[in-house]
Amino acid sequence: MPDFIAEWLNQNEIFTAMTIMEYWDGMVTTVHLVFLSLVIGLLVAVPLAILRTVRNPFVSGPVWLYTYLFRGTPLLIQLYIIYYGLAQIEGIQETFWWEIFREPFYPALLAFTLNTAAYTTEIIRGAIVSTPHGEIEAAKAYGMNWFMRMRRIVLPSAARRGVQAYSNEVIFMLHASAIASVVTIVDLTGAARNIYSRFYAPFDAFIFVALCYMALTFILVFAFRKLENHLLKHQRPVNG
Amino acid sequence: MKKMIFAASCALALIAGGAQAQERDLRIAFDVPYEPFEYKDENGELTGFEVELAEAMCEEMNANCEFVIQAWDGMIPGLLARKFDLIMSSMSITPERAERVLFSEPYYNTPGGWFGPESFNTDVTDMSAMEGKTVGVQRGTTMDTYVTENMGGVVTIKRYTTADDMVLDLEGQRLDVVFVDYPVGEQTVLSKEGFKEVGEPVKLGEGVGVAMRQRDTELAEEVNAALRTLKEDGTYDTIMQKYFAYDIKM
Repeated sequence: MPDFIAEWLNQNEIFTAMTIMEYWDGMVTTVHLVFLSLVIGLLVAVPLAILRTVRNPFVSGPVWLYTYLFRGTPLLIQLYIIYYGLAQIEGIQETFWWEIFREPFYPALLAFTLNTAAYTTEIIRGAIVSTPHGEIEAAKAYGMNWFMRMRRIVLPSAARRGVQAYSNEVIFMLHASAIASVVTIVDLTGAARNIYSRFYAPFDAFIFVALCYMALTFILVFAFRKLENHLLKHQRPVNG
Repeated sequence: MKKMIFAASCALALIAGGAQAQERDLRIAFDVPYEPFEYKDENGELTGFEVELAEAMCEEMNANCEFVIQAWDGMIPGLLARKFDLIMSSMSITPERAERVLFSEPYYNTPGGWFGPESFNTDVTDMSAMEGKTVGVQRGTTMDTYVTENMGGVVTIKRYTTADDMVLDLEGQRLDVVFVDYPVGEQTVLSKEGFKEVGEPVKLGEGVGVAMRQRDTELAEEVNAALRTLKEDGTYDTIMQKYFAYDIKM
């Protein structure tokens, strides 16, 4: 941080260079956590969504149950069950799993990933189911097998229809990540809570953190607009 | 006739005086459960050391008191927003808080205590031995400030909103040791199998006071006077002995 900014900040009672660094570390944790859970969640959701559209109930049923469970309960409860529940398992402290689940980061990552994967599965499933019949028939007429149809026709077409709903899910996930602070992770909200309890200044601490979230959301909205423009290029008027 | 007028005016004065004393409505906020200071007994009734002290204080002040339950996070904002008039929820007097609220004279002080599993044998005052250990504290407490200032770079500090969550993580071996208000640790950690006190209690801060809005200076004087009376006439000691085996009087 440049000296003149640090100097200016040090005249401020609450937003000193030290607290700004706490917010920054919190932002890094939030982005880290949300980014990883979204990427893993999306990777898991695509095959699950395909399985969910299969006619055989023994294949689609378990996926339906999974999305039903994770969409039917609050993320906070899922986080509590995973974070505190895992520690209650007899003897887990002696296994190598404990190296992973001792720190709050991985239980939170697991909860967030499972949650966003459930929502994303349903978003992609909806997009797959609404693929126009004509597209599939045309693909069949060209002699494409199931795998090729999925790869060339159904999934790209579903991506175009699903991207708007998915951008909402991404933004919800960013905001839902605020609950990570209840399991001692110092994310953006955790930093704000620490600073609030140090200075007893709720407005300053929380308005600042709200602005941080808004800045992150703005970046996401911008990125998704670019992506939508790219994916939906064919829908724009020729001269537009 | 003169006698009658005198009697009537006396009666009036009495009624007026009585009415004035009855008039004062006070709402007092507690964060429950914080045993043994404020918690609900098996019948769901609010009780505890501070609750009983508040009852005695209200009687002494001739005030009509209503007890409000408020989570710790929203304590000071709730007071400033006039949701209640007094906080008697083990709020330690600190300079930062004193900028936002007006404190009465302290009415008790408990030390911070170190608690950990039976297997914990490190000297908590030895910084090189404590290096890399994970310490749990409640966010924004004087214990938090103490650990942050004295052991900040040495140990990993985890901050919790409630003591329950912290004790769960101590049991789950996510924490090596907790530093918590002594009576709370006694009630929560020591009541469990396999845990012990692992260091000397540390005297912290200026004690606990009743918190009020800055402008309520008259109320503060009345509170101070009432607390002083209770401390002198033995009421305080009677209540204290009900809940504590040691002295917390200030």
